[in-house]
Amino acid sequence: MITLGETGTRFHTIYRRVVGRGFATATLTATLLGVVMLAVLMFDVFRDGAHEVDGDFLTSYPSRFPEKSGLRSALLGTAWMLGLTAAMAFPIGVGAAIYMEEYAPNNWLTRVIQINIANLAGVPSVVYGLLGLGVFVRAMELGRSVLAGSMTMSLLILPLIIVASREAIRAVPDSLREASLALGASRWQMVSRTVLPSAMPGILTGTILALSRAIGETAPLITIGALTYIAFDPQGPMDLFTVLPIQIFNWVSLPQKEFHSLAAGGIVVLLVVLLLSNSVAILIRNRFERRRY
Amino acid sequence: MIGLQIGKTVFRAPESERPEAPEEIILSTRNLSFWYGEKQALDGISMEIPVRQVTAIIGPSGCGKSTYLRCFNRMNELIPGSNLDGSVEYRGRDINDGRVDPVSIRRQIGMVFQKPNPFPKSIYDNIVFGAKVNGMSADMDELVETSLRKAALWDEVKNDLKQSGLALSGGQQQRLCIARALAVEPEVILMDEPCSALDPIATTRIEDLIRTLRETYTIVIVTHNMQQAARVSDKTAFFTVGESGGGELVEFDETHRLFTTPSDPRTEAYITGRFG
Repeated sequence: MITLGETGTRFHTIYRRVVGRGFATATLTATLLGVVMLAVLMFDVFRDGAHEVDGDFLTSYPSRFPEKSGLRSALLGTAWMLGLTAAMAFPIGVGAAIYMEEYAPNNWLTRVIQINIANLAGVPSVVYGLLGLGVFVRAMELGRSVLAGSMTMSLLILPLIIVASREAIRAVPDSLREASLALGASRWQMVSRTVLPSAMPGILTGTILALSRAIGETAPLITIGALTYIAFDPQGPMDLFTVLPIQIFNWVSLPQKEFHSLAAGGIVVLLVVLLLSNSVAILIRNRFERRRY
Repeated sequence: MIGLQIGKTVFRAPESERPEAPEEIILSTRNLSFWYGEKQALDGISMEIPVRQVTAIIGPSGCGKSTYLRCFNRMNELIPGSNLDGSVEYRGRDINDGRVDPVSIRRQIGMVFQKPNPFPKSIYDNIVFGAKVNGMSADMDELVETSLRKAALWDEVKNDLKQSGLALSGGQQQRLCIARALAVEPEVILMDEPCSALDPIATTRIEDLIRTLRETYTIVIVTHNMQQAARVSDKTAFFTVGESGGGELVEFDETHRLFTTPSDPRTEAYITGRFG
């Protein structure tokens, strides 16, 4: 015969059950709040802008006539900037993370560097814009080019990539490093054949998030002087450029109502670009995950 | 109790059948001390390990037996703040000499770890990993088969070599790790409690394997389990925690002699289960 004990036990059981359910409900509400807000926002934007998105909208240059206006140059500018930023920030960021996790001696200098990089992730983006203006645009005389913009953007997202990559590298169990070294692998072979393949999905997730941030950033590019009106295609890294968020911002700031609906259309395009680039990155990541079983 | 069981164990190589010729020494340490930062782990250990025999190291937890084992392939130097004093010699050469490349040492002195640690790759890729990093130009298919055969795993996995090494059972994973170590053709295999994470049946298979490998390889095995030391080893070293807090070598002798007529009272106390 099992007795439940003294008085109060039954109350306690009920109390615990209520608290448990209450907590589950609270977390569910928190989840739904974010999702619902996003859904409302998306619905609103799509209702205003989806009808603007057609072939002409994507292939026309901006114009002062709303019906002729498009975001061709902004779309190409975003593509250029994203490609160059990824090409610069990914190898540098992963390289820095590998150094800090696998090679750096554990001394005060390393710790100072690590703390500073973590802090850099929180620096307002306009500050990076000023840095880019001073160093890349003026001192290095790159001008208001897409290269200068991408370098500024790379600086902005480097701390994010480094922090995420370090976490991913640290999550690789030491037993695998030991297994690798015990078989006669050099340090470089251990890193390239054992650590990186295992850490790659995590590194790519961090890179995806960082690049998503780069797609949407406006302030640093305005600071370095990216133009709002570009009526030609950027052909190379040294060309002048604009990007989608700047174009959208420009349309929103105009008084005519037609431009506002163009802005909504631009947001739809921006979201699609974001989702497309993320899904490509996720496909790559899944390939790595399959390879490591 | 334990002493009784060991007393019943049939020792594989009675003293009388063994040639009394001086043993060829492959590994030795002289006055080896080791520290993790301020904490001493080993205190002045001198020992000579004979070639193509199984040498077991037993002792209570924290006596430094794993640390000692890891001195032979310089795995300890990866730990920041660690410090070594004395010498470790492999075939008469000091392996901590500045001119010796730890990579070449580890190729000749392989290691099997306490927890099976196959790479998250296929069985095939696990085996060829060592050959590839060492630039060996062997026929890889053949290497995979011979290594798996030596580790008594071939018949179980020959049809799914492309399967992940992690999909195997714990005992199979450990045999895969042994096969992987054998594939680089080492001379010595260090085993750090290779059966502590395995069930009794898997343990028996690994022990059988150790007895077979003894024909070709020198094996140094650290074990918690005294019966295991008695079953598989030719010589046994007993370590304990000394006054410095670091591990000390108490006694090193032929296994049957150490377990039946230990010369040190501390050894006797340990093997009869009175401490540790």
